[in-house]
Amino acid sequence: MSIRERLSGNEAAATAMKQINPDVVAAFPITPSTEIPQYFSTFVANGAVDTEFVAVESEHSAMSACIGAEAAGARAMTATSANGLSLMWEMIYIASSLRLPIVLSLVNRAVSGPLNIHNDHSDAMGVRDSGWLMLFSENNQEAYDNLLMAHKIAENKEVLLPLMVCQDGFITSHSIENIMLEEDSEVKNFVGKYEPEHYLLNKKEPISVGPLDLQAYLFEHKAQQAEAMKKAKDVILKVSKEFGDWTGRYYGLFEEYKLDDAELAIVCMNSTAGTTKFVVDKLRNQGIKAGLLKVRVYRPFPAEEIAKALSHVKAVAVLDKSDSLNGAGGALFTDVTSGMYVNNIHVPTINYVYGIGGRDVPALQIESVYNDLSKIVETGNLGNPYRYLGLKTKEVM
Amino acid sequence: MPYNMKEVIANKPSRFAEGHRMCAGCGAPIVARHILRALKEEDHAVIACATGCMEVSTFTYPYTAWTDSFIHTAFECAGATLSGVEAAYKSLKKQGKLPEDEHTKFIAFGGDGGTYDIGLQSLSGAMERGHDMVYVCYDNGAYMNTGIQRSSATPRFADTTTSPAGSVIPGKMQSRKDLTQILANHHIPYAAQSIAFGDFKDLYEKAEKAIYTEGPTFLNVLSPCPRGWGYNTEDLMEINKLAVQTCYWPLYEVVDGKYKITFKPAKKLPIEEFLKPQKRFRHMFKPGNEWMIEEFQKEVDRRYQELLDLEEMTNKE
Repeated sequence: MSIRERLSGNEAAATAMKQINPDVVAAFPITPSTEIPQYFSTFVANGAVDTEFVAVESEHSAMSACIGAEAAGARAMTATSANGLSLMWEMIYIASSLRLPIVLSLVNRAVSGPLNIHNDHSDAMGVRDSGWLMLFSENNQEAYDNLLMAHKIAENKEVLLPLMVCQDGFITSHSIENIMLEEDSEVKNFVGKYEPEHYLLNKKEPISVGPLDLQAYLFEHKAQQAEAMKKAKDVILKVSKEFGDWTGRYYGLFEEYKLDDAELAIVCMNSTAGTTKFVVDKLRNQGIKAGLLKVRVYRPFPAEEIAKALSHVKAVAVLDKSDSLNGAGGALFTDVTSGMYVNNIHVPTINYVYGIGGRDVPALQIESVYNDLSKIVETGNLGNPYRYLGLKTKEVM
Repeated sequence: MPYNMKEVIANKPSRFAEGHRMCAGCGAPIVARHILRALKEEDHAVIACATGCMEVSTFTYPYTAWTDSFIHTAFECAGATLSGVEAAYKSLKKQGKLPEDEHTKFIAFGGDGGTYDIGLQSLSGAMERGHDMVYVCYDNGAYMNTGIQRSSATPRFADTTTSPAGSVIPGKMQSRKDLTQILANHHIPYAAQSIAFGDFKDLYEKAEKAIYTEGPTFLNVLSPCPRGWGYNTEDLMEINKLAVQTCYWPLYEVVDGKYKITFKPAKKLPIEEFLKPQKRFRHMFKPGNEWMIEEFQKEVDRRYQELLDLEEMTNKE
């Protein structure tokens, strides 16, 4: 039986971690994810979990300790945001190269500088090519559900890659919403036992981990990581199906909201999808065929599936909550359009960089995007494909 | 209990295999092998290593010189990595997920680069958190793996590739950081300074204490580098001896805050004896540079006196 509750995104993540009951959690506080290790250390202090909590002195050490713990044969988890993830960056790559299924709860926040503590996706985008599986969550329910599925995906023998579950800082992490929680015992059953094949603490089979890996082998090892990433897609779908059969909440690689017959589509991730759904409903009432494609699985990137799902629409806007500062477009835009191109699907597609540093994204702004798409369809003129949404003009500043 | 070190060496199998790629005349493999020899034969060990000479020369895929479990992640985080391993051990042991009758010990190795400098924060954190582990610094006094750049462990006036002895600046102008004192001041149960010297008992006994004292412990072991220091490979043991007999590298331990100098030379040799066989100090012997040797000697004397004082002070009834 599911339990109805009211929790913030951070509480939802901490609750999932409590139910998963990992062997080791190593974390360092950073806004807006600080509450997760705070709540979790309370669980530890009150004996609600079996976890060793390692209160490390930095995020670099948090990821290092998670790597050590996971390689030792334990389930290790952590949480961070923004600069915390930046400081982990070196170890993020090492974690995935050692094929350690560590699970990280990433509460998305703008990476410095200048310093800003509010939401955008620049932290996640900085590690998009690091070999981590990346799941995005629209709300607290999805942050919770994605975490419950995380270990089953990451620890699958075909995968063995670390996984991060993203949710929007403050917008999701600090907003209290209704949520359906699952019973502790059922979660335990679903997540299952961690039984690593090779691990440091196995006296019967000592192993060496993390070699100097030169020209003769590194290439093949990287190709193996890429192969695991490709295989992860099916594993994610399989685990999501099992999860749906258990909870009644079904997830795919992405969510299509009124996309079937849509003419104008927005592609976005995390909490903006909620606002977009509201706008889609409003426009549908006015007879405008608006739709949404919400990316859930960003790594592995479902390029072909997304391209096909968008093939019938007349114009697409991809919203990036992080600017790639490359003069050509955001990361999600580049991924989506390249997926379309290689699958020979040609739909007029534009990019908006939006919501940087926690800039509010009201429904009217999303509506203006559909208006812009409408104009593109009417005139056949794409105009500038790389745009800003909600950027103050010089006159206002 | 009296024992014969030669017999221990002859009878206890080495846990550090031959065939590694460390240089001839390097102090580090001797240190690693001898420290691992202090493990009880029935105990398992997980060894962590910072990036550096020792890591790249002992674990080049697909070969490893380590017969125990071994992990290397990056340069600056052997302390943090091993704290994760140790936390996993505690957690799994507590939950009954590991055999009750098996014991695992945790030993980290890092050079002075990975320990005094880039890895200091990670080490300090691991020691403060009280993980049951030994951190061993094999101090060769510069970043040898990248080609002999100065570190904060490099002695004053030494010629390195980033503190070259030039016509205006005669080598490194700053003094060496005292890491053993820094670690002793973490108030950990055991911190010691040692070297592979004489009958090797000093290193063996300190390793044993460090490994089998519960909680975080630290060993700082001077570990000469023939390329960086510029001595003949066959002179390694002689260099070690001179480091001790000149009191450049005093051997001591700090047990629960009490200092004990474990070797006091009957006749303290002048520092020139240690400096002279090493090319990195060659410029100090040029006419007109006598002041450098004097300064060096003064610093050695001052630091040794400080230790004598600490020993007296911390052992008062």
